Amino acid sequence: MMTAAKTISFTLNGDAVTADVKPHHNLVELLQGQFGLTGARESCGQGLCGCCTVLVNGRAVSGCLYLAHFIDGAEVITVEGLATREALDPVQEAFIETGAFQCGYCTPGFVLMVKQLLDEHPEPDDERIKHYLTGNLCRCATYPQVIEAVKLAAKKRQGSKAA
Amino acid sequence: MATTLQGDPSAKVGHQVGRSLPRLEARDKVSGRAEYTHLMRLPGMLTGKIVRSTVAHGRIKSIDLSAARAVPGVHAIVTADDIKKVIPNPYYGPAFHDQPILAIGKVHYVGEPVAVVLAADPHVAEEAAQLIVVDYDELPAVFDELEAAKNEILVHEELKPAGTFADLKHLKGAKGTNMALDFKLRRGDVKKAFAEAAQVFEHTFRTQKVLHLAFEPFASIADAKDTGVTIYSGSQGPSFVRTEIARLLGWPENKVRIKVPFLGGGFGSKLYIKMEALATALSLIARRPVKIALNMDEQFYTITKHPSTFRIKSGVDKDGKLIARECEIWWNGGAYADIGPRVTQKSGFTASGPYDIENVAIDSYALYTNLTPAGALRGFGIPQLVWAYESHTDMIARALKMDPYDFRKKNLLREGRPQATGTVLKDAAIETVLDRIAERLDWKKPFDRGTGVVRRGRGLAVALKAVISPTTSVAIVNVAADGSVTLYCGTIDMGQGSDTSMAQMVGDILNMPAETIRVVQRDTDVTPYDMGTLGSRSLFHMGHAVRLAAEDARNKLQQLARDAGLPEGANVPITEIFQKKYGMQAGNVIGTGTYKPDYVPPQPGTGMTPNATPFWMVAGAGVEIAVDTETGHVKIEKLVNVADCGKPINPRIVETQLSGGSLMQLGFTMFEKMNIDGGQVTNASLADYKIPGLHDVPATMENIAVDTYQSNGPFGGKGVGEVSTFGVSPAIANAIEDAVGVRLTELPLNAEAVFRALRAKAGKPLEEE
Repeated sequence: MMTAAKTISFTLNGDAVTADVKPHHNLVELLQGQFGLTGARESCGQGLCGCCTVLVNGRAVSGCLYLAHFIDGAEVITVEGLATREALDPVQEAFIETGAFQCGYCTPGFVLMVKQLLDEHPEPDDERIKHYLTGNLCRCATYPQVIEAVKLAAKKRQGSKAA
Repeated sequence: MATTLQGDPSAKVGHQVGRSLPRLEARDKVSGRAEYTHLMRLPGMLTGKIVRSTVAHGRIKSIDLSAARAVPGVHAIVTADDIKKVIPNPYYGPAFHDQPILAIGKVHYVGEPVAVVLAADPHVAEEAAQLIVVDYDELPAVFDELEAAKNEILVHEELKPAGTFADLKHLKGAKGTNMALDFKLRRGDVKKAFAEAAQVFEHTFRTQKVLHLAFEPFASIADAKDTGVTIYSGSQGPSFVRTEIARLLGWPENKVRIKVPFLGGGFGSKLYIKMEALATALSLIARRPVKIALNMDEQFYTITKHPSTFRIKSGVDKDGKLIARECEIWWNGGAYADIGPRVTQKSGFTASGPYDIENVAIDSYALYTNLTPAGALRGFGIPQLVWAYESHTDMIARALKMDPYDFRKKNLLREGRPQATGTVLKDAAIETVLDRIAERLDWKKPFDRGTGVVRRGRGLAVALKAVISPTTSVAIVNVAADGSVTLYCGTIDMGQGSDTSMAQMVGDILNMPAETIRVVQRDTDVTPYDMGTLGSRSLFHMGHAVRLAAEDARNKLQQLARDAGLPEGANVPITEIFQKKYGMQAGNVIGTGTYKPDYVPPQPGTGMTPNATPFWMVAGAGVEIAVDTETGHVKIEKLVNVADCGKPINPRIVETQLSGGSLMQLGFTMFEKMNIDGGQVTNASLADYKIPGLHDVPATMENIAVDTYQSNGPFGGKGVGEVSTFGVSPAIANAIEDAVGVRLTELPLNAEAVFRALRAKAGKPLEEE
């Protein structure tokens, strides 16, 4: 614990920021401890449940395993960075409209993973959805509704592009 | 993945009940901004890391703190001796005062908290905790409930009932026993009926130890000051926590404040005292806020579901009518009673199942063992019972060469008939539920049984539960002078959508959109008493309290209008009523409601009562499966959940509860199991303890709330949180026998268990491990 902190710089939800991190700090600790962002949260601590999902350079990572040091110079998006003052992200809207969560603890992770899925595959079928979301677990088992949400979000994104 | 639900989910102006309104807190949850205790921090806060017992039963010889003390940044290290300085008698529990805040002299299970390191930096606390060396004199331990019943190895030297439950008082000071409750029910003459029966069947079933595994692990933050203590906690029962902490401290309840934000899952784990007493004691010692927030692996050492053994024996007459049933259930309660004795008694009421049987004998035993304590998990013991009685019922039907559906239909308990306790069945659509399951499975039509390696089968099960009683709920509805409405109720929204459903009831009565109603975050300084969010009781009990509070507010608003000289029945906006009365935007109208249903406790020895419960829960499941006979792998192709939950207050939430509950039970049925070796859990992590994921969802799922109305329920509704867990396990076991002719009597029904059974049937059994 006596190890020295290092100052890193990165982009957090569009803002250029710096932080002092120790070698053992993970991304979740950094976001919660220094930026007060609790959307990424540790549950299993093993990178299996997806509750700690953060987008680093557009790719979902498990924030509980991802060392904070690694984001030096990266572009980091957390769930708090998706909505604007005007509107929620279409994925967030779709999760609300389909009721695709219960306790909500895993929801930010699902939302971010679905965002990456739809960025890469705008019209995913069931198999693709399951493949992408294998690393996101929901103890309330709101899975059927999540599949609905992904499909609705895909439609919303298509619609907004057409308009 | 089609899902269907009866009822029109579309909104109607004026009618809030029956709308599939999205959850009130939905935007906060999808934005990652909903509050959970595990994510909270207070200024000046210390974090505690727990040192846990490594032995299942033993005397603590010494605790060496020297290396831990030397770690820079450690604020304090606390053992039971320190705890006793601030709480002289530090034992807690809802049924027995048997659980110490930290182990005193002895440990009773692997994982029991022995010491705590406090530090500002959690990493420092964790490192120091690992340097503490505890030396034990190991004692013999008992893990199996049947072994525990022999009383050869004793978990506790003396039993200490809390005094809150009348049926436990006789156990005060009891020695030489592991039995924390023995519930008996006697109806008719079972012995005589067995003698007269054409055939008698007897089987024994077992369930394994499984975990709630809420994704927000247990967390409490206590901030104890000389003027009082505030505890932030992920608790399903803040009123109980307040009472119990006040008792431990010898303080009045008004000096103890419990604040509960949203819960990241509960499923029964976060009831009664969990981390609250420890956090409070630590904060008193440190004179700073202290947070105890567990890691996932520590949840395996906090509270679990009860493993069980159920011996069930039935007699049938020559026409296939059940005439006698004898049930003996042993509940493996672990090292501390928690709510186990209540599980034992309340589930004992319905252990003979949803059948009309003249002669019934039930014995239900709560047993201490040297394992992680067991409590309530989504069903309060009922899923363990249904697993046994619906497997058994199916086996009888097959032995009698009767269709399992027809056999059930012949023996079902029907409206107006006395249930095993003697309480007459009312508003319990057992037959409708069974019929709907059969209909959705096309039960009477030919079924494709598969050929070659993959064989198909189907099964069904139906169940009955009595909601626990008697319990009390209190609610407050506050109308502000601008006409906006705030609801104060102690029901914890842990994902079941209670805030939304309660707001819908208020909105219906006050004629305003439910989404405009604010539901106050739980805070015992402002939210009134509620017994707890458990056992599917809240929608009914708190629902009534909320309804009464809203009606009271409506009546008081009408009185206010009369006082202000407004004409009777005038359609004046609420804000104008206040304006007229107080001359400005000022004042409040406070409506209150308290609800406690009638109840008659069961007679000791016979379990008979004319009023066992204010409402019955009824549900069942049907499945179609495919079994790979070369691997034993079972694929669930179709899962139908049918429930009588009265009138759905929010149909979408009801559907999600039915779906989610059944999928959780699917995990408990197919693969979840805590592996235990010498009392040590060998798979205490999500990497080694698999829970259902997206790939485990059956290709076809149907969730159906049958069209019913609970005549004494608020807006015709009743609880739905647990019901879809009931039928899943036996329905699948019944389908496995239907497919490949083997019967499994122990959960989980994993590929190895099925394959072993197939090999045994073929006369080529595999060696035991």
